[in-house]
Amino acid sequence: MPENQGQMILEMTDIDKTFPGVHALDHCRFDLREGEVHALIGENGAGKSTLVKIMTGIHSDYTGDYRLFGQPVHFKNIREAQEAGISIVHQELNMMNDLTVAQNIFIGRESNGFFCNDKVINQKTEALLKDFNVDVKPTDRIRNLTVGKCQMVEIARAMSYPATKVLILDEPTAALSEAEAEDLFEKMEQLKARGVAIIFISHRLEEIKRVSDRVTIMRDGQYIDPLNAKTCTIQDIVRLMVGREVLEEPKAKSNVPEGSPVVLTASHLKSNKVKDVSFELHKGEILGFAGLVGAGRTETMRLIYGADPKDDGEIIVNGNKREIHHSKDAIANGIGYLSEDRKRYGLVLGLSITDNTVLSSYDLAELHKGIFVNEKRSAEVSENYVNQLKTKTPSVRQLVKNLSGGNQQKVVIAKWMLRNCDILIFDEPTRGIDIGARAEIYNLMDSLVKEGKSIIMVSSDMTEVLKMSDRIVVMCEGRKTGELDIAEATQDKIMTLATKYQ
Amino acid sequence: MKESNGILSYLKGDALQKVIAVGCLVVLYIFFGIFGNHFLTFNTFVSILDSSYYIGFLAVGMTFIVITGGIDLSCGTVMVGSALIGGVAYNVWKLPILLCLVIVMLVALLFGLCNGLLVGKLNLPPFIATLGMQFISLGICSVVAKVQTQTYPSLKSVDGWFKQLIYKNHNFPVGAIWLIVFFIVGWILLNKTILGRYTYAMGSNEDAVELSGIQTSKWKMLVYVVNGFFVGLAGIIYAATYSTITPQTGNGQEMYAIAACVIGGTSLAGGVGTLSGTILGVFVISVLKTGLLSMGLPVQWQQVLIGVVVLLAVLVDVIRAQKAKRT
Repeated sequence: MPENQGQMILEMTDIDKTFPGVHALDHCRFDLREGEVHALIGENGAGKSTLVKIMTGIHSDYTGDYRLFGQPVHFKNIREAQEAGISIVHQELNMMNDLTVAQNIFIGRESNGFFCNDKVINQKTEALLKDFNVDVKPTDRIRNLTVGKCQMVEIARAMSYPATKVLILDEPTAALSEAEAEDLFEKMEQLKARGVAIIFISHRLEEIKRVSDRVTIMRDGQYIDPLNAKTCTIQDIVRLMVGREVLEEPKAKSNVPEGSPVVLTASHLKSNKVKDVSFELHKGEILGFAGLVGAGRTETMRLIYGADPKDDGEIIVNGNKREIHHSKDAIANGIGYLSEDRKRYGLVLGLSITDNTVLSSYDLAELHKGIFVNEKRSAEVSENYVNQLKTKTPSVRQLVKNLSGGNQQKVVIAKWMLRNCDILIFDEPTRGIDIGARAEIYNLMDSLVKEGKSIIMVSSDMTEVLKMSDRIVVMCEGRKTGELDIAEATQDKIMTLATKYQ
Repeated sequence: MKESNGILSYLKGDALQKVIAVGCLVVLYIFFGIFGNHFLTFNTFVSILDSSYYIGFLAVGMTFIVITGGIDLSCGTVMVGSALIGGVAYNVWKLPILLCLVIVMLVALLFGLCNGLLVGKLNLPPFIATLGMQFISLGICSVVAKVQTQTYPSLKSVDGWFKQLIYKNHNFPVGAIWLIVFFIVGWILLNKTILGRYTYAMGSNEDAVELSGIQTSKWKMLVYVVNGFFVGLAGIIYAATYSTITPQTGNGQEMYAIAACVIGGTSLAGGVGTLSGTILGVFVISVLKTGLLSMGLPVQWQQVLIGVVVLLAVLVDVIRAQKAKRT
């Protein structure tokens, strides 16, 4: 067996890490041998990135035992980890686009003195790139390189630290073309042959099977024994990824009455991130949008809401084709959007509950007198929603930034209820919200559809999708890869569709 | 640790900044009262008011802009430029003085609209857009005036009534009343109208406002027009106060307006600020200017001290924010 040959270089046992409200890693384990490719997979939020951040010194407040080459270590920052031999290539490449390849690779190590000499680092870079057989010049500007080339430069940079024995690649193929990915796999083989151990994070099960020796699956911050990548099947991996204890009962069957009319039709929506997506939403339905992060679900919603321009496609509301070029057009057609990033796109944190509740409704007759805000009425309206939605706050004058996540979400919901929006897009409605408030949001969504409103719910949380949806659309790489009725949907089926890469 | 920042932690944000500004004003007053010559006299008080008028109007307009997260570098040159063109209307085109004052307002509003179009519609960064307009207004207004100094009628002349109405009547500081009146107009606009609500909202989180179905481009443009209105008022009172308007001047005055906002607790990051704070800031600057003069110190020391006050005002806010972050 290949995985038994190498010497153990990295061992983590009993690693525990908590964020406010989230137990990110629950007595987690991980080990790595010399010269192996060890894949790390799991759903979004399973704890992969937290584990990697501990490995590389980004998080230093954790408990547990971490050994490198048999010695116990506790890195306080990235530099310490790097000097000890651990380098990471992040999914989001952190490069200085206007500097050259050589300047990027040697940033922070330009020279020992005050002056830096591009000639020296260019020579060093030249040698490094030649060694890896990367076809770029040290003097090329990063801005002019393709993503694939940038990735190679990042890897070259990681390997330019003489100590590097562990290389972490975080979703390296996410943005690569097939040919570029092939190129990357070749480089990985090359590094393996030199004894470098690679931690390979990916959602693409096919390529994991192809390039890795062992696979560790993470689930809800817990560790499951690694599989031998050469002997296991993709079904084994999928089963282990999703097979958690059922905390929430999934919905058994659709609650939408037979023959309920279609309220929203999206047809052939296209943009650079959305590839020809079509679907229908019925009155009183919760339509779940499942998929992994980056599947293009939020981008699709932003097209419907008019937040981003679309290249092509039609939006039909209640049977009439509508031109939606700005969020105000969407709102005029009764579409409200609850962003996945409440703090950035949903709320004005520095303003009060009242101001946020009425923010998009000043044009309603009752809320203004000429150019003046009707403050009394605004406060009354907000007060009503605070009572109705059981928002916990001492007063409607409270600034939204002082509320908890769940109560902030209720303020956004109140904003769209006031606008009387019949179609509500909930993008990750319970992200960052604790369990108790989560149940309240679910109840609220249920009562909204009972009143005849229709909901599109984008969620990366599989249990949430199965608990709330009447029907599920699954997306992958900007494409709609399937549609499931709740009666036939299972975690395995969704995961298979969500990882259907081309 | 807890003991030492006890008072600071009771007062939050705006309130603290205002207490500091008031404290600063009181301390300066007492200081100049002791060390200055004839500082605690009616005449000195009037001259403190006199030097606060045009900065006051500029600062009120600037407060709106800064709360949206923007800045206006052109207001000083537009103020002088519009007064200059008003002077041309009076001296060269021989128009009645009332119409000339209307022209001053129109010129300033036009520049406000240009700033608004550049920032709101074309999405230029406010710093760049208004820097460009600073040069343009400086140049164009001088060209219109053929680089000639323009003089407004003196107090005693036939058309001098406008000075009595706007600036001073038998040594009574009428300008102060106008400043109060338009401060209240600005306050109502900022605190009671939809425009004001959107001003704070855009400065706090423009993305969220846009996604609430509000056309931020349109509203931001409007804020710059409002600023243009206050710059126009500043231009009128500048003409009434100084009578002689020299072409190619005015740049640098915008910095006093920005300083007044900052001393009063308006954040250059946007979203936070009050007009009452700004007015306090204006008076801190005026007291400094007049007080140092009464001590017989050269003008340059005003600049040094205004710089120190601006730095102190922001430093206190930064330290408080850092402390709040840590706890």
